Amino acid sequence: MSLSKETVEYVANLSRIELAKEELEKISKQLESIIGFIDALRSADVTDVEPTDHIVPVNNRLRSDEPRGSLPIEKTLANAPHKDGRFFVVPKVIE
Amino acid sequence: MNYEPVIGLEVHVQLKTKTKVFCACPTEFGKEPNSQVCPVCLGFPGSLPVLNKTALEYAAKAGLALNCTVQKYTKFDRKHYYYPDLPKNIQISQYDLPISKDGYLDIEIGGRTKRIRIKRAHLEEDAGKLVHHENASLVDYNRTGQPLLEIVSEPDINSPEEAYEYLTSLKSIIQYTGVSDCDMEKGTLRCDANISLRPAGTKGLGVKSELKNLNSFKAVREALTYEIERHEQVITGGEQVVQETRLWDEKTGRTISMRTKEEAKDYRYFPEPDLPPFEWTEELIETIRKTIPELPKARAMRFMKEYGLQEADAKQLTCSMQAADLAEKTMRAYPGANKKTVVNWLIGPLASEANARSLQWHELGIKPEDLVELIGYVDSRQISNLAAKAVLTEMIDTRRTAGLIIKDKNLAQISDESSIEKDVAAVIAENPKVVEDFKSGKSNALMFLVGQVMKKTKGKANPQVVGDILKRRLQNA
Ligand SMILES: [Zn+2]
Repeated sequence: MSLSKETVEYVANLSRIELAKEELEKISKQLESIIGFIDALRSADVTDVEPTDHIVPVNNRLRSDEPRGSLPIEKTLANAPHKDGRFFVVPKVIE
Repeated sequence: MNYEPVIGLEVHVQLKTKTKVFCACPTEFGKEPNSQVCPVCLGFPGSLPVLNKTALEYAAKAGLALNCTVQKYTKFDRKHYYYPDLPKNIQISQYDLPISKDGYLDIEIGGRTKRIRIKRAHLEEDAGKLVHHENASLVDYNRTGQPLLEIVSEPDINSPEEAYEYLTSLKSIIQYTGVSDCDMEKGTLRCDANISLRPAGTKGLGVKSELKNLNSFKAVREALTYEIERHEQVITGGEQVVQETRLWDEKTGRTISMRTKEEAKDYRYFPEPDLPPFEWTEELIETIRKTIPELPKARAMRFMKEYGLQEADAKQLTCSMQAADLAEKTMRAYPGANKKTVVNWLIGPLASEANARSLQWHELGIKPEDLVELIGYVDSRQISNLAAKAVLTEMIDTRRTAGLIIKDKNLAQISDESSIEKDVAAVIAENPKVVEDFKSGKSNALMFLVGQVMKKTKGKANPQVVGDILKRRLQNA
């Protein structure tokens, strides 16, 4: 299966990834082979098969509404590239 | 050509659970930033969500109260989009199998009932909050993962007034079920609106705009009114409405285009693999249905039948459950047959006391029996209406009973004629000209004289008794 350049750029944009020209070509080839691999599924006959929402036959797992402790702030922010006081900091976003 | 607005509303209400929808973090409002977070709601790798039983039950309860069908089988889906307030880059929501669907809500508009269909009500998790600074944005994830119920109406709403009525009824019903506070100021109720125009009498749908940043029911009504006019101008000017999201600007009273690239939204929903589906039994649904109290409309009807109230009064008394509870207890405790007396006190003085304090009347700390006692003093003419209002203020401020306040402040009204006669005689002697006016037939002269006597008695004389004595004396003079 071949992918158009537009499709790959579209997917990259959805994933917030910027691709250079060479990368675009390289990634396109890789994506094509991944999709080709998954395409094998198309050959399966699913005429009488119900769509699967969940693979584990376990339903109705619930938790009672009782609060437990939250993380201390040091742990919460431990991996944050940028922080300010108790906040995570990100590049300015305005809708 | 005449155009008809077609409006659909998306309402998010925050469910009043103690913990978040998929983790055990508390949901208290106004806590320190990032103090109510854990690996699950922060989306740390390897953490697993588990559904909150109460959130699920509340969602179903609200759906049932809105006449929806709770689906026997429900599941969660991942909705993908990138925004810093969403730490997982996915929102756990529901796509094709929402908890409930196909409901409706009846609104009163222009003296008739109109049914607005509800398409679906689904459970999802809330996002965090962003604080924008000059060069960066700060993120607080306390709100992330709090349970939201998204209630989507069909485009059955045809005017800003209908939208306003729909929201008012919706809020009232949800509040009665007790699953949410529905407080727009605190953000526990949020609303987006879709609006388009079509030639009146036709069935198709025009190009719509989506309105955001609607911070009050009034804002919803005003933004829709503005937008209808804008669409009309675009269309009659021979141009096409552009499908876009627009922000309501409260200050200028206009909507502003968000000017984002309007690419089709591509959320790439798929079933959430970390959460198993939920299957309802008929018994469980019925158990939840039984927890729904008598809803505002039914209660207003009963108030009319049982207490002989007018429709407008009954509607006002029942708009919130706690207020209706207080009203009903007071009407029951009141020994008089005419319950309108109680209603007048509730929607008159009590409501204005509440307004002055930005509270609802059940929050004033006035017990039904206290109010009945106060009304009793007025009914038996022991205090004047005016004095009674002052007593009510004092009751709210000091939490003392009417009896104590009246005694303390010496407010008891003088109905004893002999003690008023002296003041009446003095007023007649002091105002010969007004007395002449009365005798020559000017009826407002009497009002003036009554006022003078009231002044002399410091407002404690029963004005009706004063009037009677004055008339008798002047006619015999
Ligand atoms: Zn959490």
